[in-house]
Amino acid sequence: MEFDALLLSRLQFAFVVAFHILFPSFTIGLAAFLAVCEGLWLKTGKDVFRRLYLHWVKIFALAFAMGVVSGVVMSYQFGTNWSVFSERTGSVMGPLLGYEVLTAFFLEATFLGVMLFGWNRVGNKLHFVATCAVAIGTTFSAFWILSANSWMQTPAGFATDPVTGNFYATDWWAVIFNPSFPSRFAHMMLAAYITTAAVVLAAGAWQVLRGRGTEPTRWQMRMAAGTLALLLPLQIWAGHWSGEVAHHHQPAKIAVMEGWCETADVQPTLLLAWPSDGACGRDAVGIPGTSRFLFATDEPLQGMDAFPESERPPFWIVFWSFRLMVGAGLALLALGLWGVFLWWHGRLDRPGLYHYLAVPGGALGFLAVVTGWVTAEVGRQPYTVYGVLRTVDSVAPVEAGQVAFSLLVFMIVYAIIFTAGVIYMARIASRGFVDQPATARPRAPGSPLAAVDDPAELPEAFEGESK
Amino acid sequence: MLDLPLIWALILAIGVMLYVVLDGFDLGVGILTGRARSDEERNMMTATVEPVWDGNETWLIIGGGGLFAAFPTAYAILMPAFYLPILVMLAALIFRGVAFEFRHKAVRPVTRRFWNAAFFGGSFAAALSQGVILGAFVQGVAVEDGVFAGRPFDWLTPFSLLVGVSVATGYILLGAGWLYLKTEGELQRRARGWARAALIVLAACFLAVSLATLSVNEQVVQRWGFSMTEIRPAVLIPLLPIPLAGMVLCGLLWRALSASPGQAKGHDAWPFLITIGIFLSGYLGLAVSLLPFIVPYQVTIHEAAARDNALAFMLVGAVIMLPVILAYTAYVYRLFWGKVQPGDGYHD
Repeated sequence: MEFDALLLSRLQFAFVVAFHILFPSFTIGLAAFLAVCEGLWLKTGKDVFRRLYLHWVKIFALAFAMGVVSGVVMSYQFGTNWSVFSERTGSVMGPLLGYEVLTAFFLEATFLGVMLFGWNRVGNKLHFVATCAVAIGTTFSAFWILSANSWMQTPAGFATDPVTGNFYATDWWAVIFNPSFPSRFAHMMLAAYITTAAVVLAAGAWQVLRGRGTEPTRWQMRMAAGTLALLLPLQIWAGHWSGEVAHHHQPAKIAVMEGWCETADVQPTLLLAWPSDGACGRDAVGIPGTSRFLFATDEPLQGMDAFPESERPPFWIVFWSFRLMVGAGLALLALGLWGVFLWWHGRLDRPGLYHYLAVPGGALGFLAVVTGWVTAEVGRQPYTVYGVLRTVDSVAPVEAGQVAFSLLVFMIVYAIIFTAGVIYMARIASRGFVDQPATARPRAPGSPLAAVDDPAELPEAFEGESK
Repeated sequence: MLDLPLIWALILAIGVMLYVVLDGFDLGVGILTGRARSDEERNMMTATVEPVWDGNETWLIIGGGGLFAAFPTAYAILMPAFYLPILVMLAALIFRGVAFEFRHKAVRPVTRRFWNAAFFGGSFAAALSQGVILGAFVQGVAVEDGVFAGRPFDWLTPFSLLVGVSVATGYILLGAGWLYLKTEGELQRRARGWARAALIVLAACFLAVSLATLSVNEQVVQRWGFSMTEIRPAVLIPLLPIPLAGMVLCGLLWRALSASPGQAKGHDAWPFLITIGIFLSGYLGLAVSLLPFIVPYQVTIHEAAARDNALAFMLVGAVIMLPVILAYTAYVYRLFWGKVQPGDGYHD
C-alpha cells in the first residue's frame, strides 16, 4: 500500500468527515430535544422543563460550534482534495449543497444567536420560534446532505456530457429523491435522535450515581429512556429498509456486509468472521438459512464471487463496521427497554447496575453513527459515484506531501478541540442541575430567568430516599 | 434567455462581499482582543459579536459551496492551487470558532489564556490567509488542460503577502469601527485610536497593492489604461471614480474619527459605514481588473459555469431564499442593536 495523494486524501476525508458527523448527529437530536423542552415549558408552565432547556442549551452551544467549524472544513475538502470529483459532479450535486446553504445553514446559524443571547430581548414565544427555527434548520441540513450522499450511492436522474465527461441532471426530482434517499434520510434522523437520547440518559445516570439527581434529572432520564425504547424498533425497521434498497442497487455492498462468499438461494446471517484458510479466506459463525426472512426476493442471493475484485468494496472494514453498528443499536434497544421497565417500577432514579451501564452507553449512539457511515461509504468503494465515477479518478492534482501535512494538522487541531470540547461538555452535564441557575445575568421581566422564584434551587431529595 | 452564469457570478460576488464585511468585522474584533487590557474589556469586545458571528461566517460557505455549485471548474482549479493557505485559514477558523465558547468554559487561568490566545491568533491567521488567497488569486494560477498545474507554494509571493497584510488591516479597521459603534466610554475611545492607526496603514497598503497589481498582469494594465510608462486617458478616466471614491472615503473616515465620540446619536455608526464604502471601492476595482475571468486570466465565468439547468434550478431557490435570509439576518441585527453593556454575552 503506497501512501500517495489518493490514499492520504481518502484517509483525510474519512477522518474529517467522521469527526464532523459526531456533532451534527448530536445537535440534530439535541435541537429537537430543546424544542420539545421549551414547548412543554410554555404549555405546562412546569419549571422543570425550563431548567432542562437552560442546562442543555449550554452543551448545545458547544457542540454546535464544533459542528460548524468542522463543517466549514467539509465545504472546502471537495475542492482541495477531490477536485476532479467536484468538476464532474458539480452540475448535479452542487445545487443540492447550494440548497442546503440557502435553506438550512443560515437559518440555524442566525437563530442560534437569538437562542443563546436573546432571552432578554424577545418574548418567550418568539424565543421558542427561534429554537424551532434552529431545529428545523438542522433537519433541512440533514435532508440535503443525505440527498447528495444518497445520489452518490444510487445516482439517478442524470446524464453524462459526451465532450467533458461531466454529469448533468435530466430530472431534478429523480436526483433529489434518488432510490436510496428516503430510507437513508429516515435512518439518519432516527440515528441522530437516538444518539442524543443516549447522551441525555448517560448524563442523567451519572448525576444519579454521583448523588446529584434532581427533578430535571428524573425527567431527562425518563424522556431519554422512553425515546430509546420507542425509536430503536423504528430504527431497526429503517435500517432494514435501507438494506433492502442497497441490496437492489448495490448488491456487492450487501454481499460484503453479510460476508456471503458464494451466490446461493439461501444465505446465512453471519455473526462473526475471522481470517483463516477456510472458504474464501475466512472462517465464520452464523445462523444458517435466515436470509429467507430478511430479503424478500426469489432471485439467488449474490455472494462476493459474483463480482470481480475490482468491483467489490474491501471486506473486513465493511463487515465489521456493520456488525459494530448493529451491536451498538441492539445494546441501545436494551438500555431503552430496561430503562422504561425501571421507570415503570419507580427505580429509574435510584442508583443501580443500570446506571453504571447507561453512562458508557452514552457513547453507543456515536459508535453506531460512525460505524454505520463507514459501512455505507466504504461499502460504496471503489466508486465515489456508484458505478460511474471511481475513487481513483476523483482525486485532485495535489502532492502527497501537502496532503500528509494537512492530515497531520487536522489530526492535531481536532485532537485539541475534541479533548477540550468533551471535557467542557462533560463538566456541564455531570454538574447537573445543582447549581442552576446562574445569577450572573440581569433578569428582565418576562425572561425565563425572572420566572425563578425558588431562591435556593437546592437539589431535591430523591423520591425513594425522602419517603 | 437569461445569462445565468453572469447572474450567478453577481450573486457570488455579493455573497463574498457580504462575507468580507460581516465576518471581516468580527475577525477584526477578534484581532483587537489582543489589545484588551483586562478580561472585562475582552468580554465586552466579544459580546459585541457573539450573537451574530455564526451567521456571518456562514457567508464563507457561499465562497466554498457556492463556487462548487455554480462554477465547478473554477472550484476544481482554485482549491488545489490554494491548498496550504486554505488549510491555514480553516485551522485558524476552527480555533477561533470554538474559542468563542471555550474561553467562557475554561476554569484554569492557563487554559483560559490558551483560548484567549487561540481567539486572537485564529482571527489574525484567518484574516491574513484570506488576504493571501486573494493576492494569489489576483496574481493568477498555472492551468494546463483545465487543471491546476502549478507547485504547492506558487501562492507565496511578496505580492500575496502584501495583500494578506492589507486585508488583515482592513478587517482590523472594520472591527474597530464596529467596536466604536457598539461600545461607550473608554473602550470606544480606544477603538477610535485603533481605527485611526489601521486607517493610516490601510491607505498605504491600498496604494502599494494598486500599483503592484499593475505589474502583476498585462490584462490589468490594459483594463485600467495605466502603467508606469503609459497613460491612456480614454480608458482610465471613466474608471477613475472608483479609486477616487476610495480616497475620498478614507479622508471622510479620518474626519469622522477626529470628532469626539457620542456627540450625537447615530454618528457612532459613521466610521463603520464609511469603512464598508472603502471596501466596496476596493472590491469594484478588483472586479474591473479581473472580469470576465473567474480563474484570473485563464478561465472565464462562462467557461467555468455549471450547466444552465443546474444554475436555473438553484436560481429559483436563491430568488426565494436570499431575501428571506437577508430579512431574518437584518431582524437579528436589529434585535441586538445598541451599545453592549457589561454583563452582556454569557459567563457561566
